[in-house]
Amino acid sequence: MSDILSTTFLVGLIAATLRVATPLVFGTVGEVITERAGILNLGIEGIMFLGAFVGFAAAAKAEAAGVAGYLWIGLLAAVVSGLLMALLMGLLTVTLGLNQHVSGLGITLLATALSLFGFRVVFGESSVLPSIDPFPQLAPLGKDLLISPIFAQYLLTYVAFLVVVPLGWWVLFRTNFGLNLRSVGENPEAADAAGINVFRTRYAALLIGGALMAAGGAFLSLAQLGAFSPGIIAGRGWVCIALVIFARWNPVRGMLGALLFGGVFALQLRLQTLGFALPYEVLLALPYLVTIAALAIAGRNAAYPGAYLKPYRRE
Amino acid sequence: MTPPSIAVEMRGITKRFGSLVANDQVDFTLGRGQIHALLGENGAGKTTLMRILYGLYSADEGDIAVDGQPASIRAPRDAIALGIGMVTQHFALVPPLSVTENVVLGHNLGVRLKLEDAHRRVAEAAARYGVEVEPRALVRDLSVGERQRVEILKALYRDARVLILDEPTAVLAPQEVDQLFEGLRRLRADGLSVVFISHKLREVMNITDHVTVLRGGQVAGVVQTSATTPAEMARMMVGRTTFGMPSLDEASAARSAAQPVLRLESVGALDNKGLAALKGVTFDVYEGEIMGLAGVSGNGQSELAQVLQGTRACTAGRIIVVDQDVSGADPERIMKAGVGRIPEDRHASVVPEMTVAQNMALEHLGEFTSNGSLDRHKIRQHAEKLIAEYQIKAKPDDRIRTLSGGNMQKVILARVMERNPRVIIVSQPTRGLDIGATEYVRSRLLEQRRRGAAILLISEDLDEILELSDRVAVIYEGQIQGILPRTEADPERLGLLMAGAETSQETPHGPQDRA
Repeated sequence: MSDILSTTFLVGLIAATLRVATPLVFGTVGEVITERAGILNLGIEGIMFLGAFVGFAAAAKAEAAGVAGYLWIGLLAAVVSGLLMALLMGLLTVTLGLNQHVSGLGITLLATALSLFGFRVVFGESSVLPSIDPFPQLAPLGKDLLISPIFAQYLLTYVAFLVVVPLGWWVLFRTNFGLNLRSVGENPEAADAAGINVFRTRYAALLIGGALMAAGGAFLSLAQLGAFSPGIIAGRGWVCIALVIFARWNPVRGMLGALLFGGVFALQLRLQTLGFALPYEVLLALPYLVTIAALAIAGRNAAYPGAYLKPYRRE
Repeated sequence: MTPPSIAVEMRGITKRFGSLVANDQVDFTLGRGQIHALLGENGAGKTTLMRILYGLYSADEGDIAVDGQPASIRAPRDAIALGIGMVTQHFALVPPLSVTENVVLGHNLGVRLKLEDAHRRVAEAAARYGVEVEPRALVRDLSVGERQRVEILKALYRDARVLILDEPTAVLAPQEVDQLFEGLRRLRADGLSVVFISHKLREVMNITDHVTVLRGGQVAGVVQTSATTPAEMARMMVGRTTFGMPSLDEASAARSAAQPVLRLESVGALDNKGLAALKGVTFDVYEGEIMGLAGVSGNGQSELAQVLQGTRACTAGRIIVVDQDVSGADPERIMKAGVGRIPEDRHASVVPEMTVAQNMALEHLGEFTSNGSLDRHKIRQHAEKLIAEYQIKAKPDDRIRTLSGGNMQKVILARVMERNPRVIIVSQPTRGLDIGATEYVRSRLLEQRRRGAAILLISEDLDEILELSDRVAVIYEGQIQGILPRTEADPERLGLLMAGAETSQETPHGPQDRA
């Protein structure tokens, strides 16, 4: 291969990596914030799915009604659906103190089923997959430079890397709210004794997390695909759960994990089109395998939040 | 002397937990600039009363006034706002956070966490109150005594004028206790009022101005410390004069030809994190001897007990019982070699849902089996015999989880001692027991010693060690710092060894060398 080809290849790979990593960044930062407060939200897979569906359905209806800002309406609707699911998760695990694994899996099942059911109700059994005109890619560097493709990304990708990650880190580690949130996840008794409202703080963490997860799902339907399909999330929520441990509950490391997954994902897509000798199923599995390997290496001595999985009750 | 003004007044406080009345019409008055002891046995209601004052519990009846004003305290933040701070037995600290972050937690205004400012303010507060802590240190790297100082600083930083300390000395080495008391005296001079929850008479005599004694949830007496004696306080605590302990010397006659029965030679073991928990532990315990193992909690005591009962691998050295090498043996073989064990967590050494009779037979089911099935009649008879012999307040068919701590401990004692073991490994045998049960357990241990058992007594209660042991070994960071005969083992000397400050020059030796 010539140099030009390999540089183009590399630029394309980086651009695709950022795109693939975007929903994972949303989901991972959302889950990091939730887990830092001591709650494992296994509803993430379902919440991302619901976000993708609600965002798409609302946008499609608004587009059909001729509303100009239909995509933003879709995004807002997705975030609201994420907030509602987070509230339900809070009711189960914070207020009622139920098992977090069971509650989270229940939410994933519920949100998935609601989305599939809703899709049939809203769009019927059409043989043509409904679609919308999605968010455009921005092109701040035009189209002519060699590295232009890297910057030709959706607004939400910029938001993920330039707003969600730094802001998530800043809130967790540089604000009083973040200190309260972390202390609630480490030692809720101590936080309570210090006069912090443990329940309210945990709800707040769940709500922030739920909104981010749903936005991550909506990115796929509103920007990347402009459509909704049952396979749209394809386990990305579960990948986020692994990335959180890989990230040791730090949004910046979470972003690196998302880039690792995104990079391998983008690479295997390109290998597939190059007609690589491996069966494509193996290539498809590659990013997940890399995630597991990274988790096994980096997550071995992970120090979980002290009150992880533990409901808080005042005696 | 003018009467001090009143900082806190609690009137007619009643608190029920189901059918249990934890506080029954309790009155409590705390004078300003006073250190006031709240004295009582475990379960007397001391902590409950103070948790009510701090807003962790709400009282069913009664009124609280702070600085003469009626106060409604529903949550800790109400108490904090009224200038009340509490240091609970389990420190309310967040280990991965720094000292500063812990101190300002919940007291922080605004959005941004101005960490540099906070470090400076915490350092200033620490200097002002004479509390030595490094603001930037992570709490998880601090010793227990340092953590306690962080807790106190936390309360003072919130402008506490009333400080509640719940059994503050339970976790401290003697020198740390002295430091704490020094600090409290200084704070008292500044006008701080302190509630000192304790059941240790010596400390109450040492540091407090007034004493309120609780017994069974009621006030048993309020006295001025200078006008009372330990004996009088003990009487108020238990409602009777305490039994005299059998003196050690009375029993130490027949031990001239003593043999080492338990020998440890350079024993090593790892903790749960895979780090060295025991390093070259060497000592002998002789027949008819109680060897006390003193140390601040977490210096390898639990691991040593586990190695000796066969539930933790011994990575180096040898353990010899009589003449059998049992290093690395499983618990069954160790038991067969003649070792009885009374573990530190009594709830984990019984099966809570099974009956007293079943638990008593559990370790030797073979003896209660005929034709391949359990002989229920024999199990029951065996239990009845032990219940009578050890004065256990329970029936053979009671589920063991329904027993009090003292009775549960008696079941475990009976199970071990009926077999006349050559060696007994005892960990924290009286932790959480009331005075009556404590005396009972100790007298049984002395009885076993008279019988000729070699007893290793692992305890964090220095008074207990000094009261029962013939020799005292001190463990610090997994190493034996020294072994002292009882005559040389005073709290100060032991305290230095426990803090790792001094290594005794003496080598581990037996009773013969004592001359």
